[in-house]
Amino acid sequence: MPLKVGQDMTFKERMYLIEIVKGLAITLKHALKNLVRPSRILTVEYPEQKKTVTSEYRGQHRLVRREDGSPRCVACMLCATNCPAGCITIVAAEHEDPAVEKYPLTYEIDELRCIFCGLCVEACPCDAIRMDTGIYDMANYSRESLRYKKDLLLQS
Amino acid sequence: MEYFITLAKIVFILTFQFGLMPLFIWLERKGSAYIQDRRGPNRAAILGFTLGGLFHVIADAVKMFVKEDSIPENASKILFSLAPAMVVIPALLTFAVIPFGNILVLGERVINLQAVSLNVGILYIFAISSMGVYGIFIAGWASNNKYSLLGGLRAAAQMISYEISLGLSIIGLLMIYQAIDLQVIVQKQGFLFGGIIPAWGVVVQPLGFILFIVAGFAEVNRTPFDLPEGESEIVAGYHTEYSSLKFAMFYMGEYINMVVMSALITTLFFGGWQVPFLFNDGFRFYSWFLALPPIVVTLLQVSSFALKVMFFCWFFVWTRWTLPRFRYDQLMRLGWKVMLPLALANIFITGILILLFG
Repeated sequence: MPLKVGQDMTFKERMYLIEIVKGLAITLKHALKNLVRPSRILTVEYPEQKKTVTSEYRGQHRLVRREDGSPRCVACMLCATNCPAGCITIVAAEHEDPAVEKYPLTYEIDELRCIFCGLCVEACPCDAIRMDTGIYDMANYSRESLRYKKDLLLQS
Repeated sequence: MEYFITLAKIVFILTFQFGLMPLFIWLERKGSAYIQDRRGPNRAAILGFTLGGLFHVIADAVKMFVKEDSIPENASKILFSLAPAMVVIPALLTFAVIPFGNILVLGERVINLQAVSLNVGILYIFAISSMGVYGIFIAGWASNNKYSLLGGLRAAAQMISYEISLGLSIIGLLMIYQAIDLQVIVQKQGFLFGGIIPAWGVVVQPLGFILFIVAGFAEVNRTPFDLPEGESEIVAGYHTEYSSLKFAMFYMGEYINMVVMSALITTLFFGGWQVPFLFNDGFRFYSWFLALPPIVVTLLQVSSFALKVMFFCWFFVWTRWTLPRFRYDQLMRLGWKVMLPLALANIFITGILILLFG
């Protein structure tokens, strides 16, 4: 129904009262409907209930492991270079295995800086970093604790 | 003994007002949620019981107590502190003359269930309730804040404009009942037209009722007339600068005002404590008769009054979440160009009808 302003209103609408009664009927209908069946209200009670996220959802990062348990990351720095927010810090070290060449001594993501664009995942040649954990509520009390270290990223 | 009875009545009235206020606030929050398809307050719990969010009112009160009580540096400190009290006290005082039950005869003793039996009842109500605007206006001025001042100005202009319609809208009622003592007005509403239709104010003065309820909404600054607060335009109006318990008192005053206005609507237009077909000795409908002891009759009457008041409390909530706010020129146009002529016409027509048929 288009909104009517000023001159467009008929006399009946200008009287207000009939329209007010109509409006009251609508709100009462909603109130009674929700009073009788509160389970129909669409609210998601957040801490207890959570919305399920799709598999494509870009949530908290995780580092993927090799079969032997060590990180797949070869510290090529493509993710850190690609990151528009500059939130990835990697310190590379030489790997014992001559076939691997490098591994990350530290791998740190500042989740407060991260804009969750997913470019690190796109850039990674080894599929070592993924954002498929589905975790989106990374709240904490200090900035330092939101600089996620390698161990934490490997855990999830 | 007389003192004890008066004291008991005062305690009852204060308990009624202060008891209904948290219920009202709860009703507002839960009702608004259900109207808007939300769940509303459901977190605050004592021993795991939430009682549908009723404890949120207590949690709010505790929060108000522990908040910092700040006074702006350039505010008029005495008036700033005085204003909240000047809103709450008239609101509490108004209830004194509203009857919550019939005159109860217990053996020798006659108890009028009305805190003060004033023969100028309705005039007292208008005299006291119009004091409320001073509190709001002083709050707006003393805050030394442009938004507060605008809110106070709006409140003053609005309340004065609508008080005229409020006063005039019940003149017709007073003409019909020939009384201004509220207890007498309620007693006269017990009359039954043709033995079926009760002579409630809304039956004999439908136009007066509509005018009174609209002006009443404006009088307690309630949506669609909540321009003095108008948060989308002037932050929070007259109580922008208030915090802590001073703000709580404004909040309380607003809700107590609404309880009083509900009680007034009930008393004047919905038969006050009257229950249809209930007389002093029991229910009577033509030849059918059910005798009841006087104490049961009184209890029925008091609960009837309380229920009607609660219905109008809900009505205040209900309209708030239905209607948007008026624009300021619309508000003034409605007040002076529609309500005032209609109220005068109502008096005129009522007068003619009384002359012809009275």
